[in-house]
Amino acid sequence: MKPRPGLLDPQGKAIHHALNSLGWDGVADVRVGKAIYIDVAAESQQAALEVADAMCRKLLANPVTEDYEVSGISELEGAGA
Amino acid sequence: MKVAVVTFPGSNCDYDLYKAAQQVGAEPTFIWHRERGLDGYDAVLLPGGFSYGDYLRAGAIARMSPVMEDVIAYATKGGPVLGICNGFQILCEAGLLPGALVRNSGLKFASKDVLLRVERNNTIFTSSYTAGQVLRIPIAHGEGNYEADRETLERIEEGGQVVFRYVDSAGDTTDDANPNGSWHGIAGLVNEGGNVLGMMPHPERAMEDLLGSTDGIGVFTSLIASLSALAS
Repeated sequence: MKPRPGLLDPQGKAIHHALNSLGWDGVADVRVGKAIYIDVAAESQQAALEVADAMCRKLLANPVTEDYEVSGISELEGAGA
Repeated sequence: MKVAVVTFPGSNCDYDLYKAAQQVGAEPTFIWHRERGLDGYDAVLLPGGFSYGDYLRAGAIARMSPVMEDVIAYATKGGPVLGICNGFQILCEAGLLPGALVRNSGLKFASKDVLLRVERNNTIFTSSYTAGQVLRIPIAHGEGNYEADRETLERIEEGGQVVFRYVDSAGDTTDDANPNGSWHGIAGLVNEGGNVLGMMPHPERAMEDLLGSTDGIGVFTSLIASLSALAS
């Protein structure tokens, strides 16, 4: 999840200032989002992606303020395929 | 007048709201978030607090409570619903009000008295006030920064949905008077039907001189007067 473009992100702004004051002058922008790690039983990676996408639409992301993407899908060791 | 005070795990203004309702002569009942059925109530009140610890986003998990299905149905039928602070956040998450409440622009939790201008007194929640009246009412929130996309903001401004704005002592909206960075100093707004009000400030904490202000009483007397007028 990350703040939608154009939306004021006060946390990102505060971190941006902190990075500048530590000498990183080249920082153009900082946005703070969040990652949610979900362990889910699914028939396939595609099915897992669809489940995660539905979760984002229903609960995990607020479309007014956040954009989301589902990524990094992998099979857990020991999980039955 | 029977009013429901919906309570979630983490609500902490539920008793204040209960007492505010009693003070204006209503008959309040607590409704636990797992309970169902709001038929027979004249109004539904959603209190402030930190439902579900504000995890994920303020109001996001409370919005999925069983009772919220009934609150949505109740509001959709035109029933009066008032959400204060966390209640406002829940109403936005539930889609009963447009926009969202995000982190205060100053990043700090803001707990203090603020001044509010009554933008409209032709609502069921503000008829006891005069338009333009300035109220002193406390706020206590970390996520009260009202945001929406440009199109939505234009729509709610054009539609006159803004009911309260943060102002200075002269009654003007200024950056200094705005405690959280809300767009256009929006502190409270109604839906298009006018039957759902969300507001970040706490009128239920401004009901007695002993507590510093009685300016919040008008929200509740307005509601009771409007409900009585409807019933007669």
